[in-house]
Amino acid sequence: MEHHQAPLGSARVTSPIAASVTRPRYSGPTPPSGSAATRSPWRRWRDRFFFLLFFASVAIGILGLAALVIDVLTDGLGALDFSFINSYPSRHPGESGIRAALFGTIWITLGTAAFAIPIGVATAIYLEEFAPDHWATRLVQLNIANLAGVPSIIYGILGLALFVQALSLDRSVLAGSLTMTLLILPIVIIVSQEAIKAVPNEFRDAAFALGANRWQVVKMVVLPQAIPGIMSGIILALSRAVGEAAPMLMISSLVFLTFIPTSPGDRFTVLPVQIFNWVSLPQPGFQAVASAGIIVLLAVLLSMNSVAIWIRNRYQKRY
Amino acid sequence: MPTRYVALALGITLIAGIVALGLNEPDTSILATDSPLTGTIEIDGSSTVFPISQAVAEEFRKVHPAVQVAVGVSGTGGGFKRFVVGETHISNASRAIKPSEIDKAAENGIEFIEIAVGFDGLSIIANPSNGFLECVTTQELRAIWEPGSDLHRWSDVRPEFPDGKFRLYGPDTDSGTFDYFTEAIMEHEDASRSDYTASADDNVLIRGVGGDKNALGYFGFAFYSSAPHLLKLIAVDSGSGCIYPSAETINNGTYSPLARPMFIYVNTAALERVEVVEFVNFYLDNATQLVTEVGYVPLPVELYDEGRTELNGAIGEPTS
Amino acid sequence: MASLNRPGQPKSGFLQSVEARRNARRWVRAEQSVIVILLVAATFVSVLTTIGIIVTLIKESFGFFQDVSVWEFITGTKWAPLFEPQSFGVLPLIGGTLLAAGIAGIVALTLGLGAAIYLSEYAPDRVRRIIKPILEVLAGIPTVVYGFFALSFVTPLLQSFLPIPVIFNVLSAGIVMGLMIMPMVSTLSEDAMVAVPRPLRDAAYALGATRFEVAVKVVVPAALPGIVASFILALSRAIGETLIVTIAAGATPNLTLNPLESIQTMTAYIVQVSLGETPQGTLVFKTIFAVGLVLFLMTLAMNIAGRWIVRRYTERY
Repeated sequence: MEHHQAPLGSARVTSPIAASVTRPRYSGPTPPSGSAATRSPWRRWRDRFFFLLFFASVAIGILGLAALVIDVLTDGLGALDFSFINSYPSRHPGESGIRAALFGTIWITLGTAAFAIPIGVATAIYLEEFAPDHWATRLVQLNIANLAGVPSIIYGILGLALFVQALSLDRSVLAGSLTMTLLILPIVIIVSQEAIKAVPNEFRDAAFALGANRWQVVKMVVLPQAIPGIMSGIILALSRAVGEAAPMLMISSLVFLTFIPTSPGDRFTVLPVQIFNWVSLPQPGFQAVASAGIIVLLAVLLSMNSVAIWIRNRYQKRY
Repeated sequence: MPTRYVALALGITLIAGIVALGLNEPDTSILATDSPLTGTIEIDGSSTVFPISQAVAEEFRKVHPAVQVAVGVSGTGGGFKRFVVGETHISNASRAIKPSEIDKAAENGIEFIEIAVGFDGLSIIANPSNGFLECVTTQELRAIWEPGSDLHRWSDVRPEFPDGKFRLYGPDTDSGTFDYFTEAIMEHEDASRSDYTASADDNVLIRGVGGDKNALGYFGFAFYSSAPHLLKLIAVDSGSGCIYPSAETINNGTYSPLARPMFIYVNTAALERVEVVEFVNFYLDNATQLVTEVGYVPLPVELYDEGRTELNGAIGEPTS
Repeated sequence: MASLNRPGQPKSGFLQSVEARRNARRWVRAEQSVIVILLVAATFVSVLTTIGIIVTLIKESFGFFQDVSVWEFITGTKWAPLFEPQSFGVLPLIGGTLLAAGIAGIVALTLGLGAAIYLSEYAPDRVRRIIKPILEVLAGIPTVVYGFFALSFVTPLLQSFLPIPVIFNVLSAGIVMGLMIMPMVSTLSEDAMVAVPRPLRDAAYALGATRFEVAVKVVVPAALPGIVASFILALSRAIGETLIVTIAAGATPNLTLNPLESIQTMTAYIVQVSLGETPQGTLVFKTIFAVGLVLFLMTLAMNIAGRWIVRRYTERY
């Protein structure tokens, strides 16, 4: 059950409720509102009242989002300029920039992708195509669903104990990438499984009929069909990794850096952690700097999600 | 135009922009040099001394852009724990190193030198809308902060104060500020009541005190001067009148017992590297200016010279 | 296959092609064997992750409980591991977590359920297609941004009409958390409500019911397991949330029901201690694992409960 921030569109994918039913939504005729003679004015009025109330729920949610976006933009746009992106953090708000954090994020994201993609896709292929219908398989599946729901800070604790300390990787980019890999692995597996499941069985049957063995069917038929869905899902999972602060806080700690990482063994910081740092500073100038950082973070997330949605739309197969 | 093309264009532009940045070195500063120095310097420790070390690292980068400096904020105690096992090259400390820490270092074969970098006047802070508290005696501070203290209302401290409850803010036990305060006021290290907002992050304390009318807290003077609009400085009376911390009172010793020196400890093995020596020299050369800018009180010049002597002595050793 | 080899003579073209195909098949089978081994190994990573989490938490907590009695931990009301004398009662942290999650839950349940009912029963398709992505965006915003929002916007707003004495308070953090998890309640509840078959609604409309009555008396009760599950899962998310409470709710372990005070949640405590770089082996460091274990067990129990409720109580029409 995926219930951290849902990358756009994937909350539905992993809901246990949706998984069990696939009925179309109600599209019948809208009932007349209040024309029947037996409807008392009270009931009519109550219907209208609650319609407004329910609509208000949606409106409040959207208003909240608008307030957030406006708050961030008004505070941050002034501080957002090229030198902000290009500078390192500083004790002076006017000179602070996200260069170190931005490149740290890029390094961590690439490192996470390098580990999570092969392991996650391989697991999905195994579970969907090769695994026997055995209690062990169901247990593994259940385990993955559970892992998706574990709070991200627990992964931070695991990463700290295992990668930073037990494996002596220190607070390096490598330790951070491995921790993030474990965090998004369940998501990658689940979306890859969905993409593989979407390939119709006729394709597989045809390949088997031509004498292919199971791996050949996967390699030559299923995977090529599923790749757009897998890629789109992976990008969404990575965008989740970009926004996660809690495990990175524990791995990288709050550190002032004057450099960008040049090797996997270097110390690093990431966008959300840098923003967290600035948010905590009480000098008024840093509020603007934190907002500018947030704008950059949201822009990065927006671009990643756009690419993922584009891939999904462009390559969506209708069988 | 179909949304997906817009989305794709947006996505690719942003990604391309970011990649382009990576290939572009920032324009460091007027002092842009071709300094050949490289290497990594790992610094950690006191959050009180952090602003100074951060300032030094920032300015140092403008002169030696290829040296990678990382400054952490684990607290004086936390910093020493890393320092004595050789994980860091320089340790920021807002109190002197303890004998137990010295032993630990000896056990691990770590040799170090101690260099004083400035003075801090540990400040007692209240909320600006607090109209009745101007000056507090050390006895009152002790009564408020001692372990198991029964005081919860302002009127418990002094009968003429209002009846409201006060809320306390201060550093947590890993902080050298905590060690120093408890030693100076309670005369017993680590002896403090525990029902207060304890944070190693001084900014949390600043915000907390600034947002709470009934707040009372303590932290380094630089943090007061970083946000004076949010905070009210309280004078301290240790028997000879109410004294506010200032450059003068700290230097001539009248702001007592809360005036304290701040140190950096440098691993002598690290001094075999040229960039570390350069860094410490840079620190001492620029201390007067940067310490003042950050909000603390710089040492008299002779003491910085002493630090230089100490440094040179330590560099001399391995080659002799 | 009988040997068609004639020793001492060159192989015929036919034989060569048979052998070539036989070798190819061997390669292909070998390739598959190797691949399957790799795939199984990859699958093991997920198993190892869970084992790793459990082993790490339990091993270090075991060490912790050598020095601190489980009874004191579970029932003590004072959490002061960093002070002399140390006390290790975890109730203030759990209380803070539950208070924050509770406020978030109230906000999320009312807004989320209301939104779900609107989207599934009232909204025309066009409106629905616009609103759903917007709500998804709400779910996708990083938590650090929400924390910033809580501190810079919501807290001053609340302070302007409520007598909140402190800048770090649970109410602000709880409201913002509620906003963050509302899309989860709304999406999952809507899924459950959409799954209720049309004939049930039609029957109610045929009897003259208003949309409100259909929604509240027919659809919601039919979808109730899903709605309850969505709520439990959202609560579990709120309990595990770190950044918003660390930024906006405070760092004071405080067992209270008053949302206008500062508290500290389990997650905020873990962050606080790990940022302080306490080294391995000390009792304080082990508190990370003990508290982490409590957090893990709580969220695990809620996730399992949520899924179980759906499985056990969902009507299959």
